[in-house]
Amino acid sequence: MKKFLEGSQAVARAVKLAKPGVISAYPITPQTHIVEGLAQFVAEGELKSEFVNVESEHSAASVVLGAEASGVRSFTATSSQGLILMSEVLFNIAGMRLPVMLVCANRALSAPINIWNDHQDSITLRDSGWIQFYAENHQEAVDFILQGYRIGENPRIMLPVMVCIDGYILTHGMEVVDIPSQEQVDKFLPPYNPPYKLDVDNPLSLGLLGDPTVYMETRYAIQETLNDVLKLIPQVSSEFESIFGRRTLRLVETYKTDDAEVILVAMGSVAGTIKDVIDEERSKGKKIGLLKIVTYRPFPKEEVFNILKQASQVGVIEKAVSLGSDGPLYTEISALFSGEKGSPQISGFVAGLGGRDITKKTIQRVIELVKEKKASCIFMDLNKELLWEEFRV
Amino acid sequence: MFSILAAKAGSSKDNKTGSWCSVKKPKFLQKNCIGCGLCKLVCPEACIEGKEKNTYCPDYDYCKGCGLCAYICPKKDIEMVPATEEK
Repeated sequence: MKKFLEGSQAVARAVKLAKPGVISAYPITPQTHIVEGLAQFVAEGELKSEFVNVESEHSAASVVLGAEASGVRSFTATSSQGLILMSEVLFNIAGMRLPVMLVCANRALSAPINIWNDHQDSITLRDSGWIQFYAENHQEAVDFILQGYRIGENPRIMLPVMVCIDGYILTHGMEVVDIPSQEQVDKFLPPYNPPYKLDVDNPLSLGLLGDPTVYMETRYAIQETLNDVLKLIPQVSSEFESIFGRRTLRLVETYKTDDAEVILVAMGSVAGTIKDVIDEERSKGKKIGLLKIVTYRPFPKEEVFNILKQASQVGVIEKAVSLGSDGPLYTEISALFSGEKGSPQISGFVAGLGGRDITKKTIQRVIELVKEKKASCIFMDLNKELLWEEFRV
Repeated sequence: MFSILAAKAGSSKDNKTGSWCSVKKPKFLQKNCIGCGLCKLVCPEACIEGKEKNTYCPDYDYCKGCGLCAYICPKKDIEMVPATEEK
């Protein structure tokens, strides 16, 4: 049923429909409304779930790890400092092959402390073995959660899923969103039935020591499984479409790329702004398109390569940077074309850090810059007056 | 794809971790032993067996050579010797 909802409330409703047996989280802006909503559902008896209050995000992640290890579907949500405090446990969750669902309300990392949106928090966790989806709008956030559970809990996959939604822009923005019925979700998402779990009747040790004779195989197994996820996503997405009537989860989404000379690449909510700019530029006859990365981990190399290879210039716009190097998405896309003849000229742009607005003007400026000399890491919209050679107060 | 994820109860016995032994290992002389059993109690690997005096000995498949048994022995009847010495 279509409802006008805040993103966090839409997420809470999607999670409720997935019926997790354990929810644990620690409040952090801009994620808090999600678990506030879930706490309300539990308190009012609308959702039968164990809501575990904890003293930190490290504990919240540990609680969902334990719940999942004992065979119970679970959920947690966090942002920024909370996510990196969880990071130790997040690597364990992936390494132990437990399909936890985590919604990351993307927010900048300290210091300076900043509660506004960028992607640095979840991008920093890209090497953890988690599947990562980046949502553009509320509908995608809702749909990615339901499909994420289904993919992660596949007995041949058994990997955790992080659904990344832009802090404030999605978490606090209001939008019309189709919330599916419980009957539809029950048809799509069966009860969690893991191939292994902690069970007193059949004792098992999980989270073992892996010495040099076995450790590499465990990492290789995750790498191969993530490749399988690339093949599974379109299948799950088709099945989702047959029940819910829409296809939202993709590896990548293209917008007017077929004849594009310039293709911009981006993730998350900024794709909306870019689509608007593309429409305006196309009305002036400029052939510009957008490649939206929906699935960032596993990274859909083949799809990205095949779409971008026809362009003359590519501009990667990202809300994160590997300080001392370039933007991580730019680096990965550049690597795809290494040694390839007739490759497009690829430039990287870092924008919107710490919640700085990425406006239509920003995108228009990127379009101008991609046509100039190749550049790997241009920070957009800098205020030069705030940059000094010496310390000042 | 999966690799080692879990172990069944009791499987730690299959891993002969005695190969991690440090430079020294305990040698039970079995001369002045009074059968107090302190060595067996303090062993972190619980790999020392014995009941009567002069019967205690460690299972070198699991012994790490920590030396706690030699340290606790009231009769100094356990000596730490080079781990390479014949058992």
